[in-house]
Amino acid sequence: MYDHGFRDFNDHHTPMKLDFLRIGLLPWLLKWLVLSVVVSPAWAQFRVEVTGVGMTQVPVVMAPFKGEAAAPQKLASIVQADLERSGQFKGLAAGTAVMDEMSRPDWSTWRQLSAEALLAGSVTRLADGRFDVRARLWDVVKGQDKGDFRDTVSAAELRLSAHRIADWVYLQLTGTPGAFASRISYVTKAGGRYSLWIADSDGEGAQSALSSPEPIISPSWSPSGTHLAYVSFELRKPVVYVHELATGQRRPVANFKGSNSAPAWSADGKSLAATLSRDGGSQLFRIDLGGGEPRRLTTSGGINTEPAFSPDGSTLFFVSDRGGSPQIYRMPAQGGPAERVTFSGTYNISPAVSPDGRWLAYVSRVGGGFRVHVIELASGQVTALTDTSADERPSFAPNSRMLVYATLFQGRESLMTTTLDGRIKARLAGQGGDIREPHWGPLRK
Amino acid sequence: MTKKFLASLLFTALLAGCASGVKLDDVPVEDKSATSSGATTQGIDSNTSGAQTGVAGVTVDKSASGIGPAGVAHVVYFDYDSFVVRAEARPVIESHARFLQANKQRKANLEGHTDERGGREYNLALGQKRAEAVRQALSLSGVSESQLEAVSYGKEKPAAQGTSEADLAKNRRVEIRY
Repeated sequence: MYDHGFRDFNDHHTPMKLDFLRIGLLPWLLKWLVLSVVVSPAWAQFRVEVTGVGMTQVPVVMAPFKGEAAAPQKLASIVQADLERSGQFKGLAAGTAVMDEMSRPDWSTWRQLSAEALLAGSVTRLADGRFDVRARLWDVVKGQDKGDFRDTVSAAELRLSAHRIADWVYLQLTGTPGAFASRISYVTKAGGRYSLWIADSDGEGAQSALSSPEPIISPSWSPSGTHLAYVSFELRKPVVYVHELATGQRRPVANFKGSNSAPAWSADGKSLAATLSRDGGSQLFRIDLGGGEPRRLTTSGGINTEPAFSPDGSTLFFVSDRGGSPQIYRMPAQGGPAERVTFSGTYNISPAVSPDGRWLAYVSRVGGGFRVHVIELASGQVTALTDTSADERPSFAPNSRMLVYATLFQGRESLMTTTLDGRIKARLAGQGGDIREPHWGPLRK
Repeated sequence: MTKKFLASLLFTALLAGCASGVKLDDVPVEDKSATSSGATTQGIDSNTSGAQTGVAGVTVDKSASGIGPAGVAHVVYFDYDSFVVRAEARPVIESHARFLQANKQRKANLEGHTDERGGREYNLALGQKRAEAVRQALSLSGVSESQLEAVSYGKEKPAAQGTSEADLAKNRRVEIRY
């Protein structure tokens, strides 16, 4: 297969090969090709744990990218893990074939594997230290080129580039934008410390944004993806902070007498809805980040908390015990008459609206277990997505096709993703210790 | 990416009305922005680790608490799904009420807690109900509202880690802190 790959390369790259020869890089090129054969099957880094079986999964071959053995990231395996986590694709082993985006696929080989699509590409270090990333997708059934991808990124952005390729492949093969080039935030508790992390949508590449000896809960992405709002207990009470990720600059935006919690960003990023107890009880308020007095939105006694805006900003979903048990309600975002949304069960909390406005995810107590459910808002039809017993805090991917949530997995607090039919679940990689309080952020620019 | 953040300002604000004389040093903030993040990136230069770009790390240090009345319990327990201060807690409430009335410059934080069942934010709201029940009991015993703040930790700080009913009962509580 090595020979095949090299011949293939020659057939289509004669001018480029001459360029290499002219500048004396042929020995380097040969070494590079050998390395990519020997080192390429580096899949062990990923912890995609698919626990269900989908009805229709498109079989796709993702060949190791030419040059990735010498690059800091193995792009093809990142793309494959992304696509498999979506539940809509099944990765097929490329064997020892050496390919890149300029290769001419040997259709009979891939058709024998029942592959429907083939992805190959290359990653090349440029003189300025950045990487040139290229990829091509083929329709194996029709024997057609489906288009090419090109990106130039820094070494630190190679994972992002792989997620962009996954989004591009997802769009080409499903007609729907992908959401892999997005980030999630979550909180870990380990060794008596609480840390707030920012990671890729697959849980990898995590970077700590905040570390504290006191709990951190309820991180929430700003619509722009530049800020997080969250609740920190570092002042021995819950206070809502807004934190700029690039600079680490943070400020308390709700530190009123009593408890301050459950921040949710408005669609324009200029205000938060949050729960304050300064008037007694737990009530929803609108807080203008430009300053000014918080405006109270709810008046019922007891508990009103966990606000979640509809994507158009017109409606606020929230949890209230006004009917005797915690249920999800909705009301106009400026306050006003509330309408109950959940009717089955006696404990329904943690609402999250999908970015397309079609679905509401929440946690419902069923028997003694707390499980993620989704309700289709137009029809009211409810689907249970899990059979676990301690699910918390679902949030949607930017393309509304997947959810991330916290649960107990083998006794540890862990993060899972699931498709909206509950069929495909994957445990996200993460730091050691307990992992909790996920929130899926917007697509990266 | 060095970022100085003066958390000490916040602590100063917290202590503004507290004459207990607890001395807090300025809180240093450690910049962890260059820290590599985990096993998958070990041995690789941080520039090529694939960790998030544009995230500057911030570290917060521990806050201190003051001292309340000597020889008096500072925890009040609650029944499951209940926000009613039990009769057996009455002497504890009265002791704290006497202390606060004799020390008008002191303030008490009433920290509500729940057991581990259910969501974090909803438990925060439930713990708030418990804290407010204790605040009301102290207020009825003559303590000024300005000396009291009812806050909640929800299920974030369990007193007992187990899941037996006895453990869960230890976690449904309000701690009276100074």
